[in-house]
Amino acid sequence: MEKKDFNIIAETGIHARPATMLVQTASKFSSDINLEYDGKNVNLKSIMGVMSLGVGQGANVSITAEGDDASDAIAAISETMTKEGLSE
Amino acid sequence: MSTTLKGIAASDGFANAPAYMLVQPDLSFDKKEITDIDAEVERLQDAIKQSDDELTTIRDIAKESLGEEESQVFDAHKMILADPEFTGAVATQVKTDQVNAEQALQDVSDKFIAMFEAMTDNKYMQERAADVRDVSKRVMSHLLGVKLPSPALIDQEVIVVAHDLTPSDTAQLNKKYVKAFITDIGGRTAHSAIMARSLEIPAIVGSDTITKDVQDGTPLIVDGVNGEAVINPDADDVKKYQQLADNYAQEKAEWAKLRDAKTVTADGRHFEIAANIGTPKDLAGVKENGAEAIGLYRTEFLYMDSSELPSEDDQYEAYKEVLKGMDGKPVVVRTMDIGGDKHLPYLPLPEEMNPFLGYRAIRISLDRQDIFRTQLRALLRASSFGKLRIMFPMIATVQEFRQAKGILQEEMAKLNDEGIAFDANLEVGIMIEIPAAAVLADQFAKEVDFFSIGTNDLIQYTMAADRGNEHVSYLYQPYNPSILRLIKNVIDCAHREGKWVGMCGEAAGDSVMVPLLLGMGLDEYSMSATSVLRVRSLMKHLDTNELQDLVEQALNVSLTNADNEKLVNDFVADHRK
Repeated sequence: MEKKDFNIIAETGIHARPATMLVQTASKFSSDINLEYDGKNVNLKSIMGVMSLGVGQGANVSITAEGDDASDAIAAISETMTKEGLSE
Repeated sequence: MSTTLKGIAASDGFANAPAYMLVQPDLSFDKKEITDIDAEVERLQDAIKQSDDELTTIRDIAKESLGEEESQVFDAHKMILADPEFTGAVATQVKTDQVNAEQALQDVSDKFIAMFEAMTDNKYMQERAADVRDVSKRVMSHLLGVKLPSPALIDQEVIVVAHDLTPSDTAQLNKKYVKAFITDIGGRTAHSAIMARSLEIPAIVGSDTITKDVQDGTPLIVDGVNGEAVINPDADDVKKYQQLADNYAQEKAEWAKLRDAKTVTADGRHFEIAANIGTPKDLAGVKENGAEAIGLYRTEFLYMDSSELPSEDDQYEAYKEVLKGMDGKPVVVRTMDIGGDKHLPYLPLPEEMNPFLGYRAIRISLDRQDIFRTQLRALLRASSFGKLRIMFPMIATVQEFRQAKGILQEEMAKLNDEGIAFDANLEVGIMIEIPAAAVLADQFAKEVDFFSIGTNDLIQYTMAADRGNEHVSYLYQPYNPSILRLIKNVIDCAHREGKWVGMCGEAAGDSVMVPLLLGMGLDEYSMSATSVLRVRSLMKHLDTNELQDLVEQALNVSLTNADNEKLVNDFVADHRK
């Protein structure tokens, strides 16, 4: 299992557009990918799951991926995080 | 036999076409126990597939006829439809509870809707509940085999009939086929009415019963000038309608001749007629109708149509487009007017007992200077592309104006240091919409470059009557002598200091108000672009010398709104040149 932590710096948190981009990125991979925040765990391929967490600025989140393409998935998601200005 | 239904005239023009019912079909169902679970799951998958196909079609059509932005909502819907936590959960529920797909769908979507709606500190997430509801409805319609209205798919001439039209409904309407619309509820300032005027299609709102009176395909005539709908018109009705429509077309043709003319009264005085806009897209209407300026650019749409605070560059591009598009003609930009009934999903505002008297407009800008300064910088950078004027909304005290102007000057100084060009002599003014500012106009006039009177708010604050509350709507009295005296005071105070005064708001294009305003010497009239030519034509037939007595009567003899309405109408009938 691959795991990576992120600190969310975007002023509006993980919001509409960035959430969409994260879900789209995650959906490209076959691994099970989850987003953990504040003790809650959601499927990163689920737009409603991700948005339901209400992740705000300053939050610490972890992404885990389990499966054949887990490390590629984590790398792609990190890239999306940076590109969308969610994390450094 | 034909019947006539009276409503509120919301947008001028005439139309004759069959009804298109934009109403929700019956989606009720019974809960059932299921024995053949595989078949039920397959039925669900089919409904999801059909919904997805339908959304693809709607999105493609919407993209073509309405643009990328309006079509994005359907992409969001497709994403929800593909969400394993949503549709996946429905299938799981069918299996574990052995219930029909309808019941499982309702349970799962209710759960998500409740979850989103519970996020009261996040308006944006609360609104996502509506998306889940929409998607769930679509899947349900396929499960039940009933047809959901899809306004984006309309491909022949119709008159849209609805209980009310939401912004997402109107965004899907194709002007080519939608000849008019009629709703059960709403007033002249309702979203649907404003939308109709900007689309330039005739509309009647507040008809109370239209959705009960007609069905899909019922022949209809809409008279948007008088607010009357004829249901099942006979040959005589059609003839009468044709006559009215012809006259209207003729009148419009006469107005069209005034398109490139200056606005001049019968006695040769020039006044400026300007248009109100919300986005750079509205520029086309401004030009088609020959407005001499933009008297109100409502910048809040930049904020409302975005999922985050618009960046300085995004704002700069929009302002620049408008300023360049106006070719050196004046553009009055109102800084962010958020709050009251306008909310930003990503900028949660405190829950207030009385939002119209609360944290809004300049009050937010002075508190959240980060947002305000970004807007001012974008405006200043754009100012070198035309004739920009900056206007602050909801100013109540002279101190607020000084503070806002001080911040503007600080941003000017910074740009100067950075060597970025801007118009250092641009005019800075305020909206007059709070009675305190109207009363103290003499003091304000010494410090501002101009005033623009916002009548809707000025009336609601002066009469202490919420303009959206139907129980007190009789107090919306633009011609009440109290309101007219406030307006006169503002104009006189400004002129004494050599400053100009405009009015932006529905009243500036109102045919009863215009003769009074002309008599008081109001300099600039800013209105919906579609009203410009009508008002220019009206002014052409009025002699300002004769209007002094009318103003005197209206301010000092009349006691009521109705008195003044009659007074002006009688006067215009007698004195039209």
